[in-house]
Amino acid sequence: MGKKKKNDFVSKIPKGVWLLISLIVALIVWTLLSFGKSTGRVFPNAIVVAKSIGTMIERGLLFEDIKSSLISVIAGFAIGFVTSIPVAFLMAWYRPVRFILEPWIQFIRNIPPLAYVPLVVIGVGVGRTPQIIVIWLATFLIMTVTVFQGVINVDETLIKAARVLGANDVNLFIKVIFPATTPFIITAVRLGISTALTTLIAAESTGAMAGLGMRIKALSNSYETQPMLLYIIIIGVIGMAAEKILKVVERKLTGWQEKREI
Amino acid sequence: MAGKEGNIKVSIQGVEKKYKVRNGEVTALSGIDFDIKENEFICVIGPSGCGKSTLLNIIAGLLEPTAGRVLVDGREVHGTGIDRGVVFQQYALFPWLTVRKNVEFGLKLKGLGKKEREEVANKYLKMVELEKFANSYPKELSGGMKQRVAIARAYAMNPSVLLMDEPFGALDAQTRTQLQTELLRTWEEEHKTCFFVTHDIEEAIVLATRVVIMSARPARIKEVVDIDIPYPRDQETKMSDRFIELKNHIWSQVYQEYLAVRK
Repeated sequence: MGKKKKNDFVSKIPKGVWLLISLIVALIVWTLLSFGKSTGRVFPNAIVVAKSIGTMIERGLLFEDIKSSLISVIAGFAIGFVTSIPVAFLMAWYRPVRFILEPWIQFIRNIPPLAYVPLVVIGVGVGRTPQIIVIWLATFLIMTVTVFQGVINVDETLIKAARVLGANDVNLFIKVIFPATTPFIITAVRLGISTALTTLIAAESTGAMAGLGMRIKALSNSYETQPMLLYIIIIGVIGMAAEKILKVVERKLTGWQEKREI
Repeated sequence: MAGKEGNIKVSIQGVEKKYKVRNGEVTALSGIDFDIKENEFICVIGPSGCGKSTLLNIIAGLLEPTAGRVLVDGREVHGTGIDRGVVFQQYALFPWLTVRKNVEFGLKLKGLGKKEREEVANKYLKMVELEKFANSYPKELSGGMKQRVAIARAYAMNPSVLLMDEPFGALDAQTRTQLQTELLRTWEEEHKTCFFVTHDIEEAIVLATRVVIMSARPARIKEVVDIDIPYPRDQETKMSDRFIELKNHIWSQVYQEYLAVRK
């Protein structure tokens, strides 16, 4: 529907090649920046940065940091997901729940996690727990809001149609509301993952022993920009990888959606 | 359940519907008394917003009347039930299910086995000539095809009465006449009791055994017109003298109500 088949050079070049071109452009810009006097301090040469992989492995930190961050991100996100779904449905289903919870969700959602990190540490001490709590809270809020929007947007006629075909409340939930909400749940997961990653620095400012976010801070204290940049890139790559996996899941679960081709 | 011709299928008794609005109440329907006999095809026509759809929703059990009651096969209506099939204007197909799964939706809830479901679904998909699209998703179908699936889905439940709420209202003129003809073919075969809401006078006359004309709000039954044109009918029926005569009569009645709304 409305799909324009343009015959210009833009559509003649395959998407994979475009990705390659994009990568090359970025590398050129990066290299140019590395020659600048002040920009060179922030963006050391790509080769030097790549070499810092070896340095960090030698120090025995790289895999330790990735592992630690992934554990916190996955655990925080998973708990956030599992808790946000029922809360979102309850909010959509029972208005008192909505009226009581919604203002607080909106209130806390706009506070930067870094602001309440000290409180979390005072509450539960240092270690893995505060990291998971911070990521859980941030992902829970954003996912609850998104899924809630999805549930209240379920097409009324579909509910009526199911009712006249003999659906009871349980059928209605399992066979209509839940599948109708999946596109929003996917969006919630997408936002949740990116929130989990962007909250990483805050989560690991809780006296973490290892982790990508914690290491970036540590490296900044010793002005080691090469491994710092490397770590920043690693966080980005993790986000991209998660998005790629999610795309596959999305195609499987919500391929039925009517979508506009862009 | 092959009842005799003339059995009362649906009995609408003193039905009234009031809505609360900001400054008081609006009466959408008032004092509706009407019986639908078995094998009848009733078309309801009236100015927009007159409460035709409200009446259909009350029969369907999607709305409760503020007074009066509706009996279907002698049982009072409370809530929805599979003895009443509904076809909505907006198709209301489940987009995540294939055409076949949509038709089987109610059958599955009924507890029918896989094989039985398939048989029934095949029968009604064949009826609407969409067997080839059984495994397609609704997004791959045109509006007219979607509505045919919705009709097959309603038929598959074998309801006592089929309620259709402006089912062809969102379709273009050509698809509309095509679906009218198809619906006629189907009805002429099974004589399923139908209650069909429309604002298209020609559509009402070509389909119906009786046309119910509703007045402007608060809606009452203004007149019931027997459509004494023999079946089988088709689009050419619309050119017959009797058709035009009936059309002129119904049009003048509806027009009066339209003027009343404008006042």
